[in-house]
Amino acid sequence: MTVIREKIVARVDAPATHRRINPYLVVVVGAALVVALTYVLPPFRTYQLATVGAYLCVTAGLTVLTGLNGQLSLGHGALMATGAYTLALLQNRFNLLVAGIAAAVLVTTVAGAVIGLAAARLRGPYLAGLTLAVAVVVPSVTSTFDETFNSDQGLSVALDPPPGTILVEQWQAWLCWAGALVTVLALTLVTRGRLGRDMRAVRDDETAAKLAGISVARTQVLAFVISAACAGLAGALFAVLAQSVSPGAFPLTLSLFLVVAIVIGGLGRLTGALIGAVLLVVLPAVAQDIGEAAGSQRLEGNLALAFFGVVLVVVMLAAPGGLASLKPPRRKANDETHRDRPRRRAAGRRL
Amino acid sequence: MRRTAIVLAVVLLAAGCSSGSNGSNSSGGGDTPGVTDSEVVVGTHMPLTGPAAAGYSKIAPATKAYFDYVNANGGVHGRKITYKIMDDGYNPSNTQQVVRQLVLQDKVFAILNGLGTPTHTGVLDFLKTNRVPDLFVASGSRSWNQPDKYPGTFGFNPDYTVEGKILATHVKESYAGKKVCFLGQDDDFGRDSLAGIEKVLGPVAAKEKYVTSNPNVGPQVGALKAAGCQVVILATVPGFTALTIGTAAKIAFKPQFVVSNVGADPTTLTKLLGGAAPLLLEGVVSANYLPLATDDSSPWMQLYTKVNSQYNGNAEMDNNIVYGMSVAYLFVQVLQAAGKDLTRDGLIAAVEKGGYTGPGMTPLRYSAQDHSGYGGHQLTRLVKGKATYFGTPYQTDDKEAPVTPYQAAPVAPPQNGIPPA
Repeated sequence: MTVIREKIVARVDAPATHRRINPYLVVVVGAALVVALTYVLPPFRTYQLATVGAYLCVTAGLTVLTGLNGQLSLGHGALMATGAYTLALLQNRFNLLVAGIAAAVLVTTVAGAVIGLAAARLRGPYLAGLTLAVAVVVPSVTSTFDETFNSDQGLSVALDPPPGTILVEQWQAWLCWAGALVTVLALTLVTRGRLGRDMRAVRDDETAAKLAGISVARTQVLAFVISAACAGLAGALFAVLAQSVSPGAFPLTLSLFLVVAIVIGGLGRLTGALIGAVLLVVLPAVAQDIGEAAGSQRLEGNLALAFFGVVLVVVMLAAPGGLASLKPPRRKANDETHRDRPRRRAAGRRL
Repeated sequence: MRRTAIVLAVVLLAAGCSSGSNGSNSSGGGDTPGVTDSEVVVGTHMPLTGPAAAGYSKIAPATKAYFDYVNANGGVHGRKITYKIMDDGYNPSNTQQVVRQLVLQDKVFAILNGLGTPTHTGVLDFLKTNRVPDLFVASGSRSWNQPDKYPGTFGFNPDYTVEGKILATHVKESYAGKKVCFLGQDDDFGRDSLAGIEKVLGPVAAKEKYVTSNPNVGPQVGALKAAGCQVVILATVPGFTALTIGTAAKIAFKPQFVVSNVGADPTTLTKLLGGAAPLLLEGVVSANYLPLATDDSSPWMQLYTKVNSQYNGNAEMDNNIVYGMSVAYLFVQVLQAAGKDLTRDGLIAAVEKGGYTGPGMTPLRYSAQDHSGYGGHQLTRLVKGKATYFGTPYQTDDKEAPVTPYQAAPVAPPQNGIPPA
């Protein structure tokens, strides 16, 4: 009973009470912050910042797919690989970075459409199984067509040094965050519009959505395609960051990490995607420091896995809505909001 | 969206703060990163976990053990060597991350013995841009020997083409008229090795390839059997050497196996093949250029065994430990030669000066024009699970030079086990 009541309350008063910040403003402020930081931070931190940006592209797309549309994908690592290999092949032939990134997004979008068409017919574990298969097949594809993809060794990506006195790390951070901010802006606009409402309706109740005249399959395929495009962009950016692509860079664990990260961050929220992206960079680094302090280098590689597991368990126990659902400390004036805590939780999957 | 803004701000601020605390402890004495009057910091990337960890994860601890031994005896020019080992899991994107951390955050003086062709290829440009010496890469790819393009990068292993030429010369002399075939890894390792073999033997009768992500070589071994191969040359990593020899035994295919150095460590192979190992490995021919781990009479092995027991927790001695310590010995030699006034350019000049002699069977080739490592191999044969050298060492290059015997007598290590200044 309570569940239903909460939902109704949420739907009735959500538009009135939830103040929305202008996304363009956030993008401008975010861009300014990133540019400022790249001049302040030491180069390694800047590189980590760039990595967060690249991760944000894919986690933002994935959280829209899983959190807003209810489709679970374990194959986003493979979609990233698609984008990365596309960029590597084009970059080594034509050396046009921006065009290469655009082409990478395009190719991954097409791949996403194919997978999405199949995925729209599947539910729950079957959908997870299909996307899992996509993630597993990457090494086989690269070794079957080794003339093109150079099997396990992968391809190196030829990149021109950035113009003038710009540091490589600065340039990487700008590139990755440009991609991330464009992604965030596009996803915000899409999910706030009709498609976003359709996605939520399909997620909550497919039958009801159908009755309301929403094409369930079309919405699901569209959500998958959008999310795939984001993954393709992220893959291309990772190829630029690593200056190489190989199947080892896109293992099954990457796909799983991405899902875990958005769940820890808070499913269905771009804030959660950002937190997830940060965790994907920070947790392995922390694990490494601990491993180093403990004097066992062999711990490093494995500790990150255990770390993610523990953090997932703790966050799910303490804050089932993910880290993004935790409230920032509030002043007294806002205390009244505590009364409608259930409403806030119900509205948790809103962007 | 407002939350997004708040979180973004918090994260970025946190990043800013953490940078502040990091900036203060990175300053060293003088202008050279990683060098003070009492310390020189070098780093490496190694597969301590993941698919390539078997065997290879023992290399870096052995290198560190030798450095600890040198440090305990006063260091080099009064400086202790600190060796920072980073695990990249043999994943090129991790390598990018950890090498950046070593260079930009930990401010290492040089990268030493980074392992792997696909992993290290990705950081060549980064190291060049930052002018970081990139010494003794742990791989036999020819990419490390490009002095014009990468002036700070030096190899260590004899490259796979050199090895292929030497193995093929032995095959040509000892198994004349037999049908020779090849199975190799589907990357630079397999391709370079095959190139060397075919320079000497001409086209092989049959060639097959495998990838490490698919642990099944049944079809390849079956095809080699069907082709009637009598000698099979393997350019394989240890796991796949064992897999190939085991698979061949299963289908009663008994050619003479000739195995690349990187895939022929007897200790690792024996562990992988289990009880049947002595029988399966009997008579396998391979090559090496460093003292063999089982050769107790070698003065180098006596030194390494001593260091291993004192500073490496008495780890099980194998060719990986020999390799790690030999790299460390050469690095100490180079540091000695670079002198008290240590700079990055000085270090590279010291390597290019060449003339280093140590545990190797064949000479190191370093010069201003040549950044490749050892120039040859001596052949080994496995008898009763133990490898022994036979014949003379051979040397050649990766181009058209003939394979020639190298006659100079091996040198013994100095009395205290530390190269003199």
